[in-house]
Amino acid sequence: MEQQNAQDWEPKILAFLCNWCSYAGADLAGVSRLQYPPNIRIIRIPCSGRMNPAFIAAALRNGVDGVLVSGCHPGDCHYLSGNYFARRKFTVFKELLEFMGVEEGRVHFSWVSAAEGEKFAQVVQEVTEAVKALGPARHYVKEKIEVC
Amino acid sequence: MDTRVERIRSEAKRLLESGEVDLVIGFRKGSIPMVSRPWFVRTVEDTELLHWDGFCSLNLCNYLTKRKEKVAVVAKGCDTRSLVGHIQENQIQREQVLVLGVPCEGMLDRRALQERAEGTEILEVVESDGRVEIRGRGLERSFPRQEVLQHCCRICRHRNPVLHDRLLSAEVEEHQVERYEDVEEIDSQSPEERWAYFQNMLSPCIRCYACRNVCPHCYCTECFVDCSRPQWVGKSLDLNDVFTFHLFRAFHMAGRCTDCGSCERACPVGIPLRVLTRKLEKVVSERWGFEAGTDLEQLPPLATYRPDDPQDFIK
Repeated sequence: MEQQNAQDWEPKILAFLCNWCSYAGADLAGVSRLQYPPNIRIIRIPCSGRMNPAFIAAALRNGVDGVLVSGCHPGDCHYLSGNYFARRKFTVFKELLEFMGVEEGRVHFSWVSAAEGEKFAQVVQEVTEAVKALGPARHYVKEKIEVC
Repeated sequence: MDTRVERIRSEAKRLLESGEVDLVIGFRKGSIPMVSRPWFVRTVEDTELLHWDGFCSLNLCNYLTKRKEKVAVVAKGCDTRSLVGHIQENQIQREQVLVLGVPCEGMLDRRALQERAEGTEILEVVESDGRVEIRGRGLERSFPRQEVLQHCCRICRHRNPVLHDRLLSAEVEEHQVERYEDVEEIDSQSPEERWAYFQNMLSPCIRCYACRNVCPHCYCTECFVDCSRPQWVGKSLDLNDVFTFHLFRAFHMAGRCTDCGSCERACPVGIPLRVLTRKLEKVVSERWGFEAGTDLEQLPPLATYRPDDPQDFIK
């Protein structure tokens, strides 16, 4: 990632949004003209149950400063139970990642329904602030080899 | 001779003679001291070599994955817990396995004994009545057994087989020992310190994958480390790749690891890997009250859910 001055540094945050709820929630935030920080880059996934924790690790290794994973509220999963399984996976993965020294606040999870445009804007606001407070990702970034 | 050895041999003999099983998996004495190696017995004559001592620490469940024939296996507490995991995950059918349970008093730590020999080669180890004696040229020392046990055995809560068809000796007393002292110590540090701790801990790793290969629960036909498209983890010795490998190896063990200690024993550079798997063991037990490999009826924690699972970390 390119070097930037500390004062004008803006975090890059990758957001994995489920197709049925959170992605539609983001869309609603957009069409409702709600303001939220432009720091997120969205990847649409079929269901939060599709999240492989390897996606999160790959994102961090490739230099993003924060990750947000968002899906349907418990009970609202389009596939009935995808988010329940996801919740267990995320619990374990988040604990392990933080145990091994990745800062709390790099990886976030949320439930945002298709009707919660305002909540989506608010979640992005919170996540951006938390990642900003941590500063640029330093530890778990794989350095590119310099070729002269 | 140890009565357990006699029982194992006679039981194996009977099972093979009657045709109840096609194969008995147990241990025989290794060709060097302090190593007992797995022994696959298909004929009655071979039962005479079956053996049992304080070096039978290898997890024999490793050899049961996807077997088709009827097998009897000599199993300690941890082996039977791995076996429960295998049955839950459909790697073997319960009806196929005949478990010859051996209550275990803990296995001996080869490295600790070698250290105590202070450079002299150990030629013989004699175990008797709670003591272990090492012998070599000009060497004769004896220690209480408890002092030279492997770490995983010292903090073991399931010394007796959790599942067995025959029990080959009297059950031993279970200890409710504290299992997470080191995990809690790391937990109490700051993220910065923890990061440094694990970077330091993992830096000697040579990525030989012995910890993966020896694990009874690592049986995927294609491991994520061998996957090249997409490549989840680089093949280099870059510490970032090493970190990722260990992160995911441990993650894949969540709710499955029975802390048999195979990974640590196999590690050629002595990385205390079990601290990662025990952290997850702790999480799984605190969050969902689950203990791996203790109940055949219970689904593994990541293969099931409860609608009211704790979710304090989700916005």
